[in-house]
Amino acid sequence: MGEPYRVAITTDADVVTARQRARSMGGELGFTSTDLTLLATAISEVARNITAYAGEGEVVLRVVRGLNGREGIEVIAQDDGPGIANVELALRDGYTTGGGLGLGLPGARRLVDEFELQTTPGEGTIVRLVKWGRDVG
Amino acid sequence: MAVPILKQGPWLIASIQSALTDTDVLRLQDDVMGQVGRYRSRGIIVDVTALDVMDSFVSRSLRGIAHMTRLRGAETVIVGIQPEVAFAMVQLGMKFEDVHTALDLEEGLAFLQSISKEPDDGG
Repeated sequence: MGEPYRVAITTDADVVTARQRARSMGGELGFTSTDLTLLATAISEVARNITAYAGEGEVVLRVVRGLNGREGIEVIAQDDGPGIANVELALRDGYTTGGGLGLGLPGARRLVDEFELQTTPGEGTIVRLVKWGRDVG
Repeated sequence: MAVPILKQGPWLIASIQSALTDTDVLRLQDDVMGQVGRYRSRGIIVDVTALDVMDSFVSRSLRGIAHMTRLRGAETVIVGIQPEVAFAMVQLGMKFEDVHTALDLEEGLAFLQSISKEPDDGG
């Protein structure tokens, strides 16, 4: 369990900062370039949801170790925004309340190995992602 | 950071230099649309070789450029999508099939030349 690295998300430039930071952390763990790109893209989606729906929040990045010794990167994207009224719909491809393509959450889920969504309408949303590195040797 | 757009004959070439914020992407859309009218361009190449992430917003915006310029009589080709980025776009569920793509700038220019009509000089 590494030190958490927190990125405050208030502007679209912070979204870029969060994904670039994750990319460099993953690079240090020896992630493949494909996995780095999948992780960075997933972070971009969940961090953009913060600026689009909540206005502000944060992304917390941390190196985690699995039971099998594999290392991964955990991403927690959290905000105190309006929350998501219907989680099932929000995770369905093509559903959007924000005028986008409706690929953000369902797409991000497909890009990572673990995905959890906790939300309370009126209180906020927490999305937790984990991308594991490949087994080496 | 603004994306430089070069005019080369009937074509516009927008070469993305570094990671784009959403604001940069929207500005690129506006700039391309403005220049297509100003220079009466017939084709646009957007070179995304430098992009390490094409998330749903960037993808949708580039597709928007392609659709909007087509309504103005110009074809857009997106060139240089990196292999990892292509992989992530497919996983994301991003559909790009109504947008012209090419491997690189050279292929993109060749494509635009191939679809542009021969000028009718009355001969």
